[in-house]
Amino acid sequence: MESDKGGCTFLELLVNLVINGLATGMLIFLLAAGLTLIFGLMDVLNFAHGGLFVWGAYAGIFTYMFTESFLIGIVGAIVTGALLGLITEKLIITPVYGNHIQQILITLGLMLVLQEMIKVAFGPNGVAVKTPSYLAGSWEIGDVIIIKYRLFIIVVGFIIFGIFQYTLKKTKVGLIVRAGVQDKEMAQALGIHIKQVFLYVFMVGAALAALSGMLMAPYSGVIYAEMGMEYAILGFIVVVIGGMGSFSGSLLAAILVGLAGSFMAYYVPVLSLAVNMILMAIVLIFRPQGLFAMRKERST
Amino acid sequence: MNTLLKLNDVHTYIGQYHILQGINFEAMEGQVSVLLGRNGAGKTTTLKTIMGLTPASKGEVEFRAHSIKKNPTYKVAKLGIGYVPENQGIFADLTVEENMKVAMRKEDTATLERQNYVLELFPDLKKFWKKAGGHLSGGQKQMLSMARAFINDSKLILIDEPSKGLAPIVVEKVMEAIVEMKKQTSIVLVEQNFMMASQIGDTYTLIDDGRTVHSGKMKDLIHHEELKRKYLGIG
Repeated sequence: MESDKGGCTFLELLVNLVINGLATGMLIFLLAAGLTLIFGLMDVLNFAHGGLFVWGAYAGIFTYMFTESFLIGIVGAIVTGALLGLITEKLIITPVYGNHIQQILITLGLMLVLQEMIKVAFGPNGVAVKTPSYLAGSWEIGDVIIIKYRLFIIVVGFIIFGIFQYTLKKTKVGLIVRAGVQDKEMAQALGIHIKQVFLYVFMVGAALAALSGMLMAPYSGVIYAEMGMEYAILGFIVVVIGGMGSFSGSLLAAILVGLAGSFMAYYVPVLSLAVNMILMAIVLIFRPQGLFAMRKERST
Repeated sequence: MNTLLKLNDVHTYIGQYHILQGINFEAMEGQVSVLLGRNGAGKTTTLKTIMGLTPASKGEVEFRAHSIKKNPTYKVAKLGIGYVPENQGIFADLTVEENMKVAMRKEDTATLERQNYVLELFPDLKKFWKKAGGHLSGGQKQMLSMARAFINDSKLILIDEPSKGLAPIVVEKVMEAIVEMKKQTSIVLVEQNFMMASQIGDTYTLIDDGRTVHSGKMKDLIHHEELKRKYLGIG
């Protein structure tokens, strides 16, 4: 079957759009996963999350350029994100726990500072990024062309989802985080040092944002200071759709947003930017708590 | 008999409100010490103050002769004080097993033996081991909350209104469990149900408007009609 646009077959088009959507979705998922954990457990609205994303991208890419190892670049991004998370939680977030207005103001301020620091250090223009040679190019399976790097992002996304799902569901650390998300006061009364848990979760969330930024770089081919804010908005949309504090919800919502963006950009380009908002509005109307919101209320 | 917990002229604010305005209270080892008073008298806040959830602004809170007034909640718990809040504090999305596991600070033989003991005490928990906490009945949630507080070799367990909202038959079971748990730990009980409190309590402390107004042996209060009428509205 021929598609009505271009000369590719419908199957080829479908596979390409799905892979494209899944890859974008996975990148947004990595960003949103940290955000949803931070919001779910700590009740912190972190608008600086995009700043951590863009710092991860720059730190990772420059480490990659310097060492010529993409893997070391990834490690560099994760370490940078975790350290920034540590500093941010200790200096910026701790004084504003429990006050959403102050959290929004101070983290938005931090977002701008992080963004402007990138411009000061690397200039206002974007930096071109090359995909590592072993991840560049594509595979042809019959009529279908699969771009290697996109598939790589999808695989990394699912691996990270699997690791986090296992940790959350099957380990004591995961139990503590899930308990803390539902009832911080009770978790403390059981002897759990919840502030320390907060710090670790914040660092992990920041590291995930940085990893997402690093993986995004070869995908988009260029990194620039403002990319953090652009993707953070998508991250927030995904958290709202998926349900605050839900890791699985974030994955599903990120895939939905990724696929919707990919298909809309092809079939109805004029709606490609609005589709995420439309999705969020639909979910908010029919399920205001999101698709998989955790029960935070205490039992009675 | 040793004093386990001592509150001396404790004052606590919640926001701008001066809730506790002079609480004096002692809990002895091996006893059930009951905090009594009308709604809003400050009983729940007293328990929260002991746990460090609403820290005292003035006065002293001592556990085993050491001040715990400035300890964060998690440290108070680790010292050996278990807490069963009024609304049970069950993690609704966690199963019964997970609720128990998250409470365990060690997974040694002694802890597992205590787990077996509470599962014998509350067989329903064993039956619904894999069921989410949010799907349990009110009585089962109460049992789970008490079992969770007991699992870490707690020297003292604070239980807030365990009979609230429960059917009489379930209240009886909870009472039996408290009597059984008393053999292994000490208990501070907040209870509106005077019948229940009088049957299982050894001592009482009456609280009114955030102040301790009377204390003594429970058997004396049972016959003290004036105190019961004045501070509990019964008799």
